[in-house]
Amino acid sequence: MSGAARDVPAGALATARAVRSGEVRAHQVSEAALARIAEFEGGLHCFNTVTADAALAAADAVDAAVAAGRDPGPLAGVPIALKDNLCTRGVATTAGSRILEGWLPPYDATVVRSVVAAGAVVVGKTNLDEFAMGSSTENSAFGPTRNPWDPGRVPGGSSGGSAAAVAAGLVPLALGSDTGGSVRQPASLCGVVGMKPTYGLVSRYGLIAFASSLDQIGPFAATVADAAALLDVIAGHDPADSTSLAVGFEPVSPRLDDGVAGMRVGVISDFLADASPSCVAAVRGAADVLGRAGAVVEEVAIPALMLGLSAYYLVAPAEASSNLARYDGVRYGLRVDGPDVTQMNGRTRSAGFGPEVKRRIMLGTYVLSAGYYDAYYGQAQRVRTLVARGFGDAYERFDVLVGPTSPTVAFEIGAKATDPLAMYLSDLYTIPTNLAGHPAVSVPFSLSEGLPVGVQVLAPALGEGAMFRAATVVERGADPQARGPIEPRAAKVAR
Amino acid sequence: MTADSSPGAGWEIVVGLEVHCELSTATKLFCSCPNAFGAEPNTNVCPVCLGLPGSLPVLNARAVEFAIAIGSALGSSVEASVFHRKNYFYPDMPKDYQISQYDAPINVGGRVELADGSVVGIVRAHIEEDTGKTTHVGGGGRIHDADYSLVDYNRAGVPLVEIVSEPDIRSAEQARSYVNELRAILVATGASDGRMEEGSLRVDANISVRRAGDAEYGTRCEVKNLNSLRSLGRAVDYEAARQIAVLESGGRVVQETRHWNEDEGLTSPLRSKEEAYDYRYFTEPDLVPLAPPAAEIAAVAAGLGPLPAARRHRVADLVAADGSPAPVDQLTTVVGLGLDDLVRGAADHGADPRLALARAANEAANRPDDARALSPVAFAALVKLESAGKLSATQSKTVLAAMLEGGGEPAEIAARLGFETLGDAATEAAIDAVLAAHPVEWARYEQGDAKIAQFLLGEVMRATRGRANGKAVAASLEARRRN
Repeated sequence: MSGAARDVPAGALATARAVRSGEVRAHQVSEAALARIAEFEGGLHCFNTVTADAALAAADAVDAAVAAGRDPGPLAGVPIALKDNLCTRGVATTAGSRILEGWLPPYDATVVRSVVAAGAVVVGKTNLDEFAMGSSTENSAFGPTRNPWDPGRVPGGSSGGSAAAVAAGLVPLALGSDTGGSVRQPASLCGVVGMKPTYGLVSRYGLIAFASSLDQIGPFAATVADAAALLDVIAGHDPADSTSLAVGFEPVSPRLDDGVAGMRVGVISDFLADASPSCVAAVRGAADVLGRAGAVVEEVAIPALMLGLSAYYLVAPAEASSNLARYDGVRYGLRVDGPDVTQMNGRTRSAGFGPEVKRRIMLGTYVLSAGYYDAYYGQAQRVRTLVARGFGDAYERFDVLVGPTSPTVAFEIGAKATDPLAMYLSDLYTIPTNLAGHPAVSVPFSLSEGLPVGVQVLAPALGEGAMFRAATVVERGADPQARGPIEPRAAKVAR
Repeated sequence: MTADSSPGAGWEIVVGLEVHCELSTATKLFCSCPNAFGAEPNTNVCPVCLGLPGSLPVLNARAVEFAIAIGSALGSSVEASVFHRKNYFYPDMPKDYQISQYDAPINVGGRVELADGSVVGIVRAHIEEDTGKTTHVGGGGRIHDADYSLVDYNRAGVPLVEIVSEPDIRSAEQARSYVNELRAILVATGASDGRMEEGSLRVDANISVRRAGDAEYGTRCEVKNLNSLRSLGRAVDYEAARQIAVLESGGRVVQETRHWNEDEGLTSPLRSKEEAYDYRYFTEPDLVPLAPPAAEIAAVAAGLGPLPAARRHRVADLVAADGSPAPVDQLTTVVGLGLDDLVRGAADHGADPRLALARAANEAANRPDDARALSPVAFAALVKLESAGKLSATQSKTVLAAMLEGGGEPAEIAARLGFETLGDAATEAAIDAVLAAHPVEWARYEQGDAKIAQFLLGEVMRATRGRANGKAVAASLEARRRN
């Protein structure tokens, strides 16, 4: 690592410990992160906005708290990057779209308040596929993010900026959002830990909606323990989100090391049929690791899960078509004038949305239309029930399930850009979790031709505890070379 | 309609009404912004009711209570319900969809009994959010030819209950009576202030006509922009006449939405069935299903006071004890203004219920706030003075006005004003003088012209400045004629 970074500890928990004890100042930590961002951002394009001044001011506030003997929070001084679809008061929030150009949210998302209250220092907003629609971050209106492991490849998506920022060691923590795999898939492709919580565990208030019944905010970190620490900070009931679960959440961090002895682990065989050999090998390897640690490992077939993708591409666009209606040029963001309000709406949306967003709005509008609703949206909702039931049956026999996160390692930029269906298949193994509202985490496990391969651990609703214990065991058995932070190979690539 | 030769003879008007009622909650339906009329534009707004990216709705529990109260008052079945999104683009709708209820509304079924005893069935009464308010500047005030438009989002997100009636209404008069009754019910539940002029109650009318005796309904048109009971009545009559004229000239009524133009007194097409929006309803994923516990529903229903129909019946029963029915319009007025307790209280204290009802409906109703504060004992005392002939009707009204103005005992006020009914001798003297001054009219009266009696009575009252007892004067005139 470069100069400044050498003086500060790596990792979120180590950083927080050092800042809390006064060993290192938060200011110094933030300076180091900002310096590293300055060094690599040109080549990677992880960020849409870097909030250097605000970060240093926030770090100084943490240092002041430490100096005054006040509790600076469990994430004291830890730099964190926020996906640019999380609202930040007074800081541009674009959702990767031209249509929100110039809009400054007047409020902070609940998760932003949570991480700031925990002492974390927000350093910027990370790049994403426009409105989180995509699996490569190529759909950003502001250009693609590059994978730190290979600048010619995508970081995955839609939370590609957050995944790449953690993988490149620009920040120890980041937040993303996961509607069909948008945290886990880029985590897998970038060699970091990425987790989607149980639907309703983390408040969606302030997350710019893509598909409301599927969206969840989730943590990125280099290690399972760091990801768990961030989850513990953002989880919990929020009265501002009606779908927020009103249950007492038991923090996962204290029991990460409890092991998997006697845990029943199912390997989803349906996910192994079409995944690339390296991804299948990673799953087998992780299953062996769990077995050796005392888990009871068996294969399980859940055929209903393979119906998930097609149901998802009806439900998610349907909700998106409604959620994105408000970008009409009337109140905020882009406006392209026209002779009357209808034409102004149309021109604004034509100019402001990119092709993938338009494709999904049209798809969603169509499936909700009178006469088609039942055949498409209604049917998709029934399939969704089948997926949930398939999981439900499996979880009567297993505590957690494992499978590949992504069918492939990181692919080359442009490889799937003109083939939406091929791109959609990237999320084949992550989507069923969202449809069921369950948690899942991707853990880096192995390398395939120099690129990281993640393994997914899935659990039933509110099964985060067992899931994180299993993930901890998988991580310990993984190839340490397969995970970030790494020295990006992209440093000298011009944007 | 009656089967005479007037235009529309042989046709029946069929009307169903959709009434949007703004709920009297302190805050909006999905956020904590004030629900207040008349504030500076775009001051009662927040990220939620402006539909800013990332904001989410949280259902107002008080609005749900009001909806349950309305359902209970209408005799609806209060059921587990679901919110839906109604999707269409309009600049006054911050999210370009409206959160409403679709196939699973909170209140299903019900009925409204009108003052004349007729009954209008209720299909449903569901919860939804209001839109903002657009003002189109220039180009005739319609959106597509305006120079520019201004939007005020203060109203966006105000809680509404939409009450949909069955097509049970058969005339403009009945339509007005239904809305009046509904308004009284809504005010009685506390759910609404019932102010049509502030838009608290807004009415859309589905109007069709059919040949008298036909079993099938005709093709209907939905008429919007009915801002008063007067507009409603005029629009029903106009639209029915228009449809009858179309049908009688061999044409077909086209199903469409029409706009009522109050100034011109006519409806004009807004959009046809083909142009109708496809609202693409689907379950609102940002809200959870609403399933009020049975105990909550029961508690709200138990907390409802007596409703207008029941209150009318109670007063009507008191009045009708004298053998003839109570005037419906007076009953409606006193119950509508909440003066029925005053009438019943006066009756409890010995006042004649019929006279108490008349004074409450005709005089006290001019100052309803003061009248509701009036002591039933004092009001009873006034009515009794008048019944006993100690105050003339004119004097009684003047004393009542003074009581409403500043309170006080009616006997004292009457004494202060010098109101004592003239003695018999003075009354007879006054009559003598009036008859002497109007010999021609007296002659006509003597020959049996009953109408002239009112003139003579008026002249006597005028001459005595209202102090004569009208009944006694009338009796004296009659007695003189017979002699």
